[in-house]
Amino acid sequence: MQTTFSSSRILLPVRPWFIALSLVVALLLNMLPTAWWPGVPDWLALVLCFWCVREFRKVGMGWAFLFGLIMDVADASLMGQHTLAYVLLAYGAGALSRRVLWFPLLQQALQILPLLYIVPLVQFSIGMATGGQFPGFGYFIWPLVAALLWAPLTFMLLLPQHQPVERDANRPI
Amino acid sequence: MLSLYVAISLSLLVLDTKFHYLDLIRQALAVVTHPLQQLSHAPARGFEQAGEYFQSVATLQDENQRLKHAKLENAPMTLRLYQLEAENARLRRLLSVKERQAAGGQVAQILYTARDPFTRRVIVDKGQQDKISSGLPVVDDAGVVGQVTRVYPFVSEVTLITDKDQAIPVQIVRNGLRSVVFGLGNGQLELRFMPANADVQKDDLLVTSGLDGIFLPGFPVARVLAVERDTAYSFARIICVPVAGVENFGEVMVLAAREAPPPRPALAEAVEGAPEEKVLKSKKKRPARNP
Repeated sequence: MQTTFSSSRILLPVRPWFIALSLVVALLLNMLPTAWWPGVPDWLALVLCFWCVREFRKVGMGWAFLFGLIMDVADASLMGQHTLAYVLLAYGAGALSRRVLWFPLLQQALQILPLLYIVPLVQFSIGMATGGQFPGFGYFIWPLVAALLWAPLTFMLLLPQHQPVERDANRPI
Repeated sequence: MLSLYVAISLSLLVLDTKFHYLDLIRQALAVVTHPLQQLSHAPARGFEQAGEYFQSVATLQDENQRLKHAKLENAPMTLRLYQLEAENARLRRLLSVKERQAAGGQVAQILYTARDPFTRRVIVDKGQQDKISSGLPVVDDAGVVGQVTRVYPFVSEVTLITDKDQAIPVQIVRNGLRSVVFGLGNGQLELRFMPANADVQKDDLLVTSGLDGIFLPGFPVARVLAVERDTAYSFARIICVPVAGVENFGEVMVLAAREAPPPRPALAEAVEGAPEEKVLKSKKKRPARNP
């Protein structure tokens, strides 16, 4: 697979343990006290979205459902609040993945942005429907920040798949 | 696949909000998430502790001095408290009034705030292991902080009194007027359904009335911040601020369960629309919210 479909760089196949590790690290980042600051992205949603776009055969709604449940418990929110949001995000990302990867990174970020907005909007409607308090407009900033982080995140999460630059005559690719 | 997962999520939502059936799943998953949460809070706590360690000796000496002074100032009152309590008990026995239950409980540390932006909850470090059960009142050195709503094996979740629609039956110290105070969700509380001519003034202290059978009577809850009387509405709009450091981090006390109050008379006998009736109703709602 390539970084984007239009690039000529061929990447190594992804290692499943690295996907799991990155998701767990994102979960830990979500639990940091910084999660209270407005504009700090929902890291788990972002990484989940990334893998759903990159590896739609390996990561999909099942992972989203599982991590959504964990997030619900960790956040002490209603069961199903994160779950539903993440499942819808994963579905959208999977459906978009064939198209998005043809674009350069910045345009990808532009297409990912509305997808990421599914998460706060779904959670907001659930929170309001069950009688929660209004969390303030700062709650809706993070997808913008997350979309800005799309390019650096792509670079970072694809690093383990990059091949050595020097040529080896005995290696086929 | 999408419809399956969405259906499961939606049914989870309904089960959790309407029937509260999911506490077992929650507790099982919490066994995984709480160590992770402790881990992710470790750096912040480390910094905090390092900061405390490097706090200058002068500050500590100053604080020590102040605390000694405060202790001495409070000494006459505390010393006489035992005598007063004994006298109170004796007088109550003489009047054959039921004796007041002494407050007991255990000190718990607030670990972190729950991340959910739609509610106001904190996590404290005492759980089922320490015989905490849901519904127990939580106080700090100044007044009521909240109520335990979910209990996990090692930690439990406290809903703050400022959480939206968290209700506590209170009475005004000055004149004994009873009412129920509701959280507004923005760090303030509101006395609802008080008639526009009710005798409520700015700076009135509200204490728990104990009518709910959960809180012991007499714990300070809030102080009246503003009273708006608008003749266009039948109720006054009364805003209060909590007296306890509700949004602070620190140590709190989880009070022990209160003795069961005497059984209530049947509702049909109660006078329809009396203020006591309202209190009863709102009190009844709470156990349903926090099973």
